[in-house]
Amino acid sequence: MPLLAQAFEKRSAAYLTRWLICAMLSTSRRESEGTADTNRLALELMGLERRFGERVALSKLSLSLERGATLVVFGPNGAGKTTLLRVLATLLRPHAGKVRMFGHELPAESWALRGRIGLLAHEPLLYRELTTRENLTLHARLHGVSMERVEQTLEAVALGSRAGEPLRMLSRGMVQRAAIARVVLHDPELLLLDEPRANLDPAAGELVEPLIGRSSGRTRVISSHDPASGLAEADLVLGLRAGRPALLQSASSTDPDEITELYR
Amino acid sequence: MSTQTTASERTTLNTLKSTKPGLWATVSALLRKELLIELRTLESVPGMSLFSVTVFVIFHFALHQNTVSGDEASGILWVTLLFAAMLAVNRLFVADSDQGGFDSFLLAPVDRSALMIAKALALLIYLLVLELVAVPAFGLLLLGPSLGAAMPDLLAVLALADLGLALIGTLVAALAVRTRARDLLGPLLALPLLVPVVIGAARSSSPLMAAGHHGSMQVRWLMTLALYDLVFGLISYAVFDFLLED
Repeated sequence: MPLLAQAFEKRSAAYLTRWLICAMLSTSRRESEGTADTNRLALELMGLERRFGERVALSKLSLSLERGATLVVFGPNGAGKTTLLRVLATLLRPHAGKVRMFGHELPAESWALRGRIGLLAHEPLLYRELTTRENLTLHARLHGVSMERVEQTLEAVALGSRAGEPLRMLSRGMVQRAAIARVVLHDPELLLLDEPRANLDPAAGELVEPLIGRSSGRTRVISSHDPASGLAEADLVLGLRAGRPALLQSASSTDPDEITELYR
Repeated sequence: MSTQTTASERTTLNTLKSTKPGLWATVSALLRKELLIELRTLESVPGMSLFSVTVFVIFHFALHQNTVSGDEASGILWVTLLFAAMLAVNRLFVADSDQGGFDSFLLAPVDRSALMIAKALALLIYLLVLELVAVPAFGLLLLGPSLGAAMPDLLAVLALADLGLALIGTLVAALAVRTRARDLLGPLLALPLLVPVVIGAARSSSPLMAAGHHGSMQVRWLMTLALYDLVFGLISYAVFDFLLED
């Protein structure tokens, strides 16, 4: 029973803190519209570290990214790209350092970021037995988005005619388009994209460009293995090797050979 | 598709976007998904039903008796329903874990307790459907006395026991699903916690299955069952958020 009471207390305290922070934030917003940095920066990492048991997946990672800008992360398999995306998606807790997104610190204020992030992972995060429309409808209901938007998004990824088929019946490219539809359905401010053009043919790549490309106007963090196309997307380039930053500079001053070097 | 089109879509979305979905709207969306997946895959309920009928047939031959009654009948029914329920408990979060449903749920601005409530309701529905098959099959294959007059009382016991099975099953399934040995860990954690449910249900329903006459239901055991459900309902609500955290 003391454990139960403690859990309830913890939960109530969390809700009270959340409410107080909300009230304080809305007051301060009304008063001063926040600090200049909070308004300008989408992302600030200060000495971020994440481990899995004894293995260090990310270490000493510090950077900042302006709103609307694109960070492209390069690195060989196991370098920590996916871990970084999952920390930013609030799915993994940082073990050391600070992570601040849109003025909210992780993990304490991760609740404030839910619904503002679109994560495109290796897996489509969709149910194989449901149709694309059913998957998107579920997602829309979880995000408080209208059914009209579901149809618009299906059209935007050219899946309108196949939206009634179970996801397991679709090709990999179509599943990737369905996953992209899920990612942009709730109009997130931040896109976290793990190799977003994997399995897409050139036409599909063009099709999704306005949704997840630079022209979407959203802040983006992209994991990529392709130096040429990755650099074309990037404002800021991060190269990871064994979880540590081996390269961090603006895209304009980055040579593709420096990226290729990360994989040697 | 032009950039301009997308910009206008985003404007439309902003105006269409509603506030954070409420708890019951979220529960309803998640429960609909659960039932749709079960209807398409038929992974839980048919297996549970077939399992329970098979067990009754095995008991029929193993006991070398045509009919059972009283404590014996009640025990056979509830142990069979318990093990049948474990089949669904083991599969309850598998689709979410394997297909990324957990991640997409955790990214949504919703109360996480909604997932617990939806899963418990889904499990409750599976159990009710199972009992539509298992209880008549038990009556036909093993039970001596007729259940006709005792049915309203038995329904009350079934409802309370099912609630307990659903709440504890959901809690344990959420704990076990992220481990490598989830098929083993689920039953190992759930069975000890479900022993009081089986005891309460068996003792409550034993007089209803007594030979010769229908005894009255033991209300004391029914109240114990209700209290146990309440305690686990509160525990599940309190700790479920933490089970989903990294």
